[in-house]
Amino acid sequence: MSGDAAERLTGFVAALRAHGVRIGTGETVDAAEAVAALGFADRGLLREGLAATLLHTPDQRRLFDTVFDLYFPYGVGAPAGDPGDRDSLRDRLADALAAGDRALLGQLAIEAVDGLGGYGSSPGADGWSSYQTLDRLRPQTLLARVRDEMRRQGGGSGFAGRLLEDEIRRRIEEFRGLVAAEARRRVAERRGRDEIARRAVAPTADRVDFLYAGRDRLAELRRTVQPLARKLATRLAARRRRATRGTIDLRRTLRGSLSTGGVPMRPVLRRRRPARPELVLLCDVSGSVSGFSDFTMLLVQALHDQFSKVRVFAFVNRIDEVTGLLEHGRADPEGLGSRIRAEARLTGYHGSSDYGVALGEFAQRYGAAVGPRTTVFVLGDARTNMSDPNLAALREISARARRLYWLNPEPRPLWGTGDSAAPEYAGLVAMHECRNAHQLGALVGRLLPI
Amino acid sequence: MNKRLDMCSDLSVLDRSPEGPLFTSVDDVSARLAETGYLAAPAVATTVFLADRLGKPLLVEGPAGVGKTELAKAVAQVAGARLVRLQCYEGVDESRALYEWNHAKQLLRISAGRDETWDETRTDIFSEEFLLPRPLLTAIRGDEPTVLLIDETDKADVEVEGLLLEVLSDFQVTVPELGTITASRRPFVVLTSNATRELSEALRRRCLFLHLGFPDEELERRIVRLKVPGLDTALTESVVRVVAALRAMDLRKVPSVAETIDWARTLLALGATTLDETVVRDSLGVILKHQDDILKAGAKLDLDAV
Repeated sequence: MSGDAAERLTGFVAALRAHGVRIGTGETVDAAEAVAALGFADRGLLREGLAATLLHTPDQRRLFDTVFDLYFPYGVGAPAGDPGDRDSLRDRLADALAAGDRALLGQLAIEAVDGLGGYGSSPGADGWSSYQTLDRLRPQTLLARVRDEMRRQGGGSGFAGRLLEDEIRRRIEEFRGLVAAEARRRVAERRGRDEIARRAVAPTADRVDFLYAGRDRLAELRRTVQPLARKLATRLAARRRRATRGTIDLRRTLRGSLSTGGVPMRPVLRRRRPARPELVLLCDVSGSVSGFSDFTMLLVQALHDQFSKVRVFAFVNRIDEVTGLLEHGRADPEGLGSRIRAEARLTGYHGSSDYGVALGEFAQRYGAAVGPRTTVFVLGDARTNMSDPNLAALREISARARRLYWLNPEPRPLWGTGDSAAPEYAGLVAMHECRNAHQLGALVGRLLPI
Repeated sequence: MNKRLDMCSDLSVLDRSPEGPLFTSVDDVSARLAETGYLAAPAVATTVFLADRLGKPLLVEGPAGVGKTELAKAVAQVAGARLVRLQCYEGVDESRALYEWNHAKQLLRISAGRDETWDETRTDIFSEEFLLPRPLLTAIRGDEPTVLLIDETDKADVEVEGLLLEVLSDFQVTVPELGTITASRRPFVVLTSNATRELSEALRRRCLFLHLGFPDEELERRIVRLKVPGLDTALTESVVRVVAALRAMDLRKVPSVAETIDWARTLLALGATTLDETVVRDSLGVILKHQDDILKAGAKLDLDAV
């Protein structure tokens, strides 16, 4: 392998490592061997070959593809020929969408960024923006036109015709992705690959901060709830199994030793009495924290068969039980947050969160929900809007419960700044930083009662 | 004692298969797999090619019913190799996966040879005659080409992964009484996993990783055409489109390729020529396995409008 190719490969690996993908030297060598076996002729094969040798989990694939496009672009510089104006681009885009021609969509994305995405004053452009390209091109407004075109060609007839709009929407979404990739490629040429790979590539979904995640990132996260729950359930089962090791059951050991002439060859361990852990969740569902509490509620609901009882309470400045809204089948994950805010009584005279009042009301109204078998999780950022944190109420709940944990989606350095009462609460109960799904998975796997 | 030493020297170390690689190029992989009736996406063909070239095990992860196990079977058929299968389950252990001493036979041997010295007997009962090879050892010992399939690796306990490490990185098995047995010919190893549990980093590092997802519509049409040749072309097209739409929905269990083929077979058996509300509503249970999902899909496809 030539020095240039080797340097390109190691730069690529370094960029992936910077985003938290763990790649060892051995895997880099494997990747180089794969490159040697596959050659640079076919970019698609190269991509798959590198993915096979460098990645270990499917959720890193999106990150990998973005970085790959930067380090192994299909070409350099602007496309040949005149890009044409906006209207002709729109016409050709409509045709390509109707035909579902992927190669042509890719070509159009390249031309669109070149023609519509440039900004700045120097010859050529100072940069390229996918936002500006899509804002000028407005591919989403082509939906009706493409649909009518496809109906006319007979593609939309029959039963499958009713799926037509969704299919076109997916194609448009794909086109938007292509435009974003192309804009990144052009910018990287001007500003340096390494910098763009570090800054302009979104991390994997489970490492996005709950507090700053956008709508589509939250939707992506929701799709990971079921797999994550399944993994956690397996981990809990393993912990339960391990927990049965320990004391020897003398009676059953002696009974078992009869077949070996009274020599106890196989010690039998005492079975644990099946504990029936109960779970109570107190979730702050106000504005900024809601992404975090929604996700956690769904996760706990998906784990419900691991517990004898799960009860979920939501609050802003008043508290109400929402367990019923989370029931399986009824829970449409997308609208969960808005349904809770619509159907439960969460606010009193004002709309900002007040932990002191909510905790006090919980201790008073639902105190019976917490007993010696109950583990309580409080989810929220502990920002009380300068009102009394009501430490006595939390102390009371904590004393009654088996365990009480507080999961805070804010980064630890921010605790105690502004109106945050986090240090006061943290002095009473165990408070854990829980900024992203990755941390949440680790915490839940460790803290859940077995 | 002689017997033991002989055996160890017999099992010489041979790196990589002496007969050369199985495949010449990625296209060769696709073409030959297609001959056996396995249509592989480019990603699959590339990874199989690399696994063969680099001599590394292949870890295939993905939802149920996308053809993970079938891939191993197809490779075995293409290579003219023997398929050795280790089905993992909770509680599978060394004696099920690797090897076991045949205790009953050893006891018989001891009681049969009464006038021998103890040393002779001891040497003899720990010889190969009394060894029961289990899948991992079988795959390593053979001289003919072998495909080793370790199925549903995620179902096995974590301890078994430790057992696999030696086999997968060096293709050797250590039997304390006999010494180390090294593969004379490296098997082509395929591990499958449904990702119910995170496999350990150490295991993943030793393998090439392939995520086998749902095929794109074009490939799925070809698969349906191949598996259910009697189905009308337009109907195949509709079936694949409806399944793709269902996969885009947020369902508890999305239909996979196996369900698509089942549905196509059902439609063929029902004698349907086009998809309409009645046919879809009656046969939706073939592709969706939860009542919630059926209700949700029904709403999406406007089935209850009738």
